[in-house]
Amino acid sequence: MMKRRDFLKNTAVIVAGASVSLSAVEWLDPKEILAANPQLRWGFLVNTHKCVGCGFCVKACKIENDIPLEANVTRTWVERYVIKKDGDVVMDSPKGALNGFTTKLVDQNHSGMTLVPEKEIAQAFFVPKLCNHCETPACVQVCPVGATYQAADGVVLVDRTWCIGCGYCIMGCPYGVRFFHPVEHVADKCTFCYHRISNGGNSACAQACPFGARQIGNLRDPDDPVAQALMNERVGVLRDEYGTKPQVFYIGLNKEVR
Amino acid sequence: MVEQIAQMVVHGEAWTIKDLFVLPNEYVYWSIQIVMYPYMTGLVAGAFVLSSLYHVFGVQKLKEIARYALVLSFALLPVAMMPLLLHLSQPFRGIHVLMTPHFTSAISAFGIVFMTYACIVAAEIWFVYRKFIVESIHRLGQKPNRSGLEVILLPIYKVLSLGAMDISHDALESDHKAVKFLAGLGIPVACFLHGYAGFIFGSVKANALWMTPLMPVIFICSAVVSGIALCIISYYIFMEMRKWAAKRGKNWLLPDALAQGGTAIPVEQLRSIQEHEVKMTSKYLLIFMTLAITLEVLDMIFRGYTAVKSWDALRMVIYEHDFMKIFVYQYALGNALPFLILLLPGLTTRRAAVASILVLFGVFMMRWNVVIGGQAFSLTFAGFMEYHLPIIPHDIETFKEGLGGALSVIVAPFIIFYFLNMIFPAFMSDDEAH
Amino acid sequence: MKNHVWRPLFVVIAMVIGILLFRAVYVPSDFGAQERGYTFGYHRLSNEQEWKEYPAKYKATEYCNECHDDKVEEVASAHHAMIPCENCHGAAFGHPDNPEKLAIDRSRELCIRCHAKLTMPTSDRNDIPGIDPAQHNQGDECSECHNPHNPSLEDM
Repeated sequence: MMKRRDFLKNTAVIVAGASVSLSAVEWLDPKEILAANPQLRWGFLVNTHKCVGCGFCVKACKIENDIPLEANVTRTWVERYVIKKDGDVVMDSPKGALNGFTTKLVDQNHSGMTLVPEKEIAQAFFVPKLCNHCETPACVQVCPVGATYQAADGVVLVDRTWCIGCGYCIMGCPYGVRFFHPVEHVADKCTFCYHRISNGGNSACAQACPFGARQIGNLRDPDDPVAQALMNERVGVLRDEYGTKPQVFYIGLNKEVR
Repeated sequence: MVEQIAQMVVHGEAWTIKDLFVLPNEYVYWSIQIVMYPYMTGLVAGAFVLSSLYHVFGVQKLKEIARYALVLSFALLPVAMMPLLLHLSQPFRGIHVLMTPHFTSAISAFGIVFMTYACIVAAEIWFVYRKFIVESIHRLGQKPNRSGLEVILLPIYKVLSLGAMDISHDALESDHKAVKFLAGLGIPVACFLHGYAGFIFGSVKANALWMTPLMPVIFICSAVVSGIALCIISYYIFMEMRKWAAKRGKNWLLPDALAQGGTAIPVEQLRSIQEHEVKMTSKYLLIFMTLAITLEVLDMIFRGYTAVKSWDALRMVIYEHDFMKIFVYQYALGNALPFLILLLPGLTTRRAAVASILVLFGVFMMRWNVVIGGQAFSLTFAGFMEYHLPIIPHDIETFKEGLGGALSVIVAPFIIFYFLNMIFPAFMSDDEAH
Repeated sequence: MKNHVWRPLFVVIAMVIGILLFRAVYVPSDFGAQERGYTFGYHRLSNEQEWKEYPAKYKATEYCNECHDDKVEEVASAHHAMIPCENCHGAAFGHPDNPEKLAIDRSRELCIRCHAKLTMPTSDRNDIPGIDPAQHNQGDECSECHNPHNPSLEDM
């Protein structure tokens, strides 16, 4: 015959023990496991040694994706970095490099144009940028209505019929890739040319690049050149301190790249 | 074929000036309306907390202003939604926040929290004014010659009564308890209504100025400060108007039936009510001001001390570009000076009113310095953006997100209050109800 | 507590029911948390297909080769082999149905994208032969002297 006190004590011990062990068991959803390791996960490789700053990628992207050429927003752009021997860095991206870089004068916006004398230049290079289609995208997390989302293959898209245009995703992106579409009046950004890659094609920017500085591929396919580059070469990513896990990988990054 | 293409001005371009290295898509996207929104919700929350100080904690000295603060809070409520509707690129899709809320986003809280808060305030007003509504139905129902306004008011009161016509002592006691409950429940909801606005900014890890866990708390404290200050100054002004009318034998902003049998209230009585309420409320203003300024200074010190990667760019914004706005307008004029005025011995109503105006200005500058300040530097930390508020609109966008839109938001609550006051007289003494 | 105190609550409940009924009609039925979960995958599923069906504009050089194999071969055997046809000739769209002819961009601005001489040590840009656009035959089209399909300086 158990006394009431003992019964209560035993019950408390059993419940406490069970809750500790049960909390260690993760309730697994098969669909989520599959989503975590699908056969297809789009990723991108940028080689900053090969980029010459011609800007054909920017123009092709705008024409392919109906972003007006006369609007100062762009789904992708190229930045120029000029690093001087004294350590100073001068950077620009005139119209996102829509017309390429055709002058030595660096565009400093309100502060005018700067010419860096040749003998002061230590190194100079171009860095193309686009949406990183992050694994844990901060922009998707902050959308209040579920208009922007991550598809199962990793591509982050915006539902144009549902976006309310609050701009929270634009503020939430650490990489500055988002903007308001000037005609559609909703949030917009690079889609990895989802309409092309999902139908066996190449993204417009990678196709337009004459020098092979841009490549799109499937990170889950071991024979894919992009997946192989990740395995065999020293690649970096932009601003990983935000924890968004970007999926655009760079060869030839420099500590000065913003 | 690179012909001279005409420029298409994108959203944000009209009022942003970029300097040095700024990313192509960066503009000041969250401009004046996003400054107005936390400002207006702050006023709502603050006015409500002031009213609750009387209804929940029984601070008898705030009796006269409590009812006014409650009605003002309700008049401010629809206006809190205005800046958002003016800002959204797709305002007609605004209900999506209620239809498919994505609760991982702080903004999604808007739909639920706002509606909950609106229901609480509406219900509390109903209980506070129920006796008056029932009495008005009887009074207007029996009146043979109704004025134009009264013809409209009678059916309104009948609907508002919800059929609850019992004004016996027990029924009024129930009303009293319900008011206390709702006012108490409303305080955390009001805190949430404004805390979530602070969370909207504080949780954006991409923005070096906004990212801090202190943001929700700073926002709540400055919200209460602004709400109390608004109540002080608007009450002062309305009472000045009533005194001016009383001197001329008129009774303004209060239905004749309530003016204690006479058509005019003696100026002296108005003056003493005004003086008493304003002084009492000022004490509470001081308490919350202390809290608000402590947190803001703490945040600033931490940033300077830890000096993380963004500090060089932030320092340029805080100490150079925005020095006037932060240290002169917000801290000196908007905080230190009113603090001094309120602490000086022999506080007069006029001085308290001046201090309140300065406080309101200071809280507005705080919202500006957070929202605009957070966009004053580029994500590259190597460039800056300047925001120029559009004064003269040249299209619908520069009106909505310009001075015109801001003024509309400021003026709207007082227009609403004017009409709301006809249904729920804000200046009647609380004795009438209990 | 008298019964009338519950009346405002009934009003609120009626409002909430009204909103929920409206929601059932307004929100598309395929809206929900998809494979990526609630945080990152909350959306209207049919939007994915809508994006996949977005009209493409560029075709790629293989497509041009189907009819213009002579030009493609000419370009492929010279210095500009790596440049896709559509970079200078514009996107194919529905060519040859619509448009019938593709415009040719002969402007200087196109050529100096690569050939404006810039000082870019450690970048492949430095290896591209270039000129100073302000000094070199300013105002003239580059193609007046240089053949874009075969830009050899000897064969000018």
